[in-house]
Amino acid sequence: MINAVSKNRYFIFRRTIQIGLLLLFGGANWWGWKIVNGDYSAAYVLEWFYLADPHAVLQTFLAGFVLSSDAIFGGIIVLSFYALIAGRSFCSWVCPVNLITDTATTARKKWQLTKKEGFLGISRKTRFWVLGLGLILSAVVGVAAFEVVNPITMLHRGVIFGFGMGWTAIAAIFLFDLFVVEHGWCGHVCPLGAFYTLTGRFALIKIKHNSDKCTLCGKCFAVCPEKQVLNIIGKKSGFIRGACTDCGRCVEVCEDKALKFSIDNYKNIGVKNNE
Amino acid sequence: MAEMQNRNTRRDLLKNIFRGAGLLGLGGAVWGTAAEKLKASDIVLRPPGAILEEHFTKACIRCGICVEACPYNTLKLATVDGKAAVGTPYFEPRDIPCYMCTDVPCVPVCPSGALDPTELAGDDSGAVSSALDINKARMGVAVVDQEACVAYWGIQCDACYRACPLMGKAITLEFKRNERTGKHAFLEPVVHRDICTGCGLCQHACVTEKAAIFVLPRTIATGKVGEHYIKGWDKADEERLKNLKEEKAKKSSPEDVLNDWENLFDDD
Ligand code: SF4
Ligand code: SF4
Ligand code: SF4
Ligand code: SF4
Repeated sequence: MINAVSKNRYFIFRRTIQIGLLLLFGGANWWGWKIVNGDYSAAYVLEWFYLADPHAVLQTFLAGFVLSSDAIFGGIIVLSFYALIAGRSFCSWVCPVNLITDTATTARKKWQLTKKEGFLGISRKTRFWVLGLGLILSAVVGVAAFEVVNPITMLHRGVIFGFGMGWTAIAAIFLFDLFVVEHGWCGHVCPLGAFYTLTGRFALIKIKHNSDKCTLCGKCFAVCPEKQVLNIIGKKSGFIRGACTDCGRCVEVCEDKALKFSIDNYKNIGVKNNE
Repeated sequence: MAEMQNRNTRRDLLKNIFRGAGLLGLGGAVWGTAAEKLKASDIVLRPPGAILEEHFTKACIRCGICVEACPYNTLKLATVDGKAAVGTPYFEPRDIPCYMCTDVPCVPVCPSGALDPTELAGDDSGAVSSALDINKARMGVAVVDQEACVAYWGIQCDACYRACPLMGKAITLEFKRNERTGKHAFLEPVVHRDICTGCGLCQHACVTEKAAIFVLPRTIATGKVGEHYIKGWDKADEERLKNLKEEKAKKSSPEDVLNDWENLFDDD
């Protein structure tokens, strides 16, 4: 029992934060709590200051509207937090879609659906093209192009304000991940994940690998949603960078303590991890 | 052999580039069209202080903070049902109108500038700090369908008139003699668009099965006369005449016209 908890310690912590945040945001609308109002596009914290999604702020700027300072500063705060400290941790610690796609992955493993990645020829780099395309379209069409189809805020708003027919978009992502591409949405398509991957390159918090302790058991590969970032495992010690979501799954399953949360020392930062 | 392989990889590379470009173009076309379609809606009522619809959908970051600030649950966030651009706030007065809170809690909390307090600035200085005046809201304008309004039939009803927070200003009742009965009066509701805020309390109160008075966006429900009509009986409007640039009629003699052979056969 103790072992099971310890093997899932970050998982439990993450789910607590993810669901707790949903509750805090939901409570604002359902019961009038004043802790965080709004959603993951922008939030009003303690009726004191604002946070905003930097990707949405950037799109709006490209669409040709100068947001008021509340949204701009809100975007800068969030961007600084992830860029300087927390990397791509939004994906595994905050984003509600992660709950859906993780469930799809679990089901996929359980039912032993095809493991083959890259089916349909989708590369993990696709998301960077989606990110770029979204920014270009924002400028061309004159509206924040990803925000009009964004399933992340659609899900978040759905929980807080009611789904309407919005659940279909979420179901589509679930089915896509379950039947079409393993880690399809978060690992291949989502431009917000791509955005935080790019901005999180120099963040302080990183997973550190000690290859002297590693016995090459391969448990970390089995749980990692972005396996390509583990390319140094067993080969050399160093930091896991790139598309790593800081979910900590590898840390908790590693029985040799060869992986742990750490502070980046920026050595060899130029060496490209697979993103 | 090596050269052969080289050529193959080069061909693969080219193929991949073309395939990538094709997919990107296709994706861009589909996504762009969708975004264009999803970007704005013609007939939608926005919260008080909203900037023009075409800017609003750009500006609104879709956070719903205004929705949570509204104590009457007037405001809703659009889902994918197409009532408004997804995630943006709107209201449907027949369900819940805007009750025109004097402190206007929905506007100052907006972080994006989609709801602009200066639109409601109490004095005309435009300063944000001056108290907000909800009567300056222009969410839309009420329109009466005279065929469906029972007051225009001669039946007594002043539900909309009494519901209006600007009773007697935004809506007035016009008295007319009812020739059919010879002894009754018509009390016809008439909306004055310069004062109507578009709150929709009238639409909410209307007694007919489908409201005979309803709020439409101003861009849709209002016409425009144009500069060339001037109210000769209105001193202020007369002033405009003086500011108009005199357009001097081009004087040219008949010979000049005939000699200007290059333009002789021009239609204009
Ligand atoms: S990749 Fe996108 S959807 Fe997935 S967890 Fe990250 S932000 Fe959320
Ligand atoms: S003025 Fe009051 S009732 Fe009207 S939308 Fe704003 S908060 Fe709601
Ligand atoms: S508060 Fe402003 S940005 Fe947020 S939903 Fe309302 S209008 Fe849009
Ligand atoms: S919408 Fe109706 S109730 Fe509201 S101000 Fe206009 S006329 Fe009056």
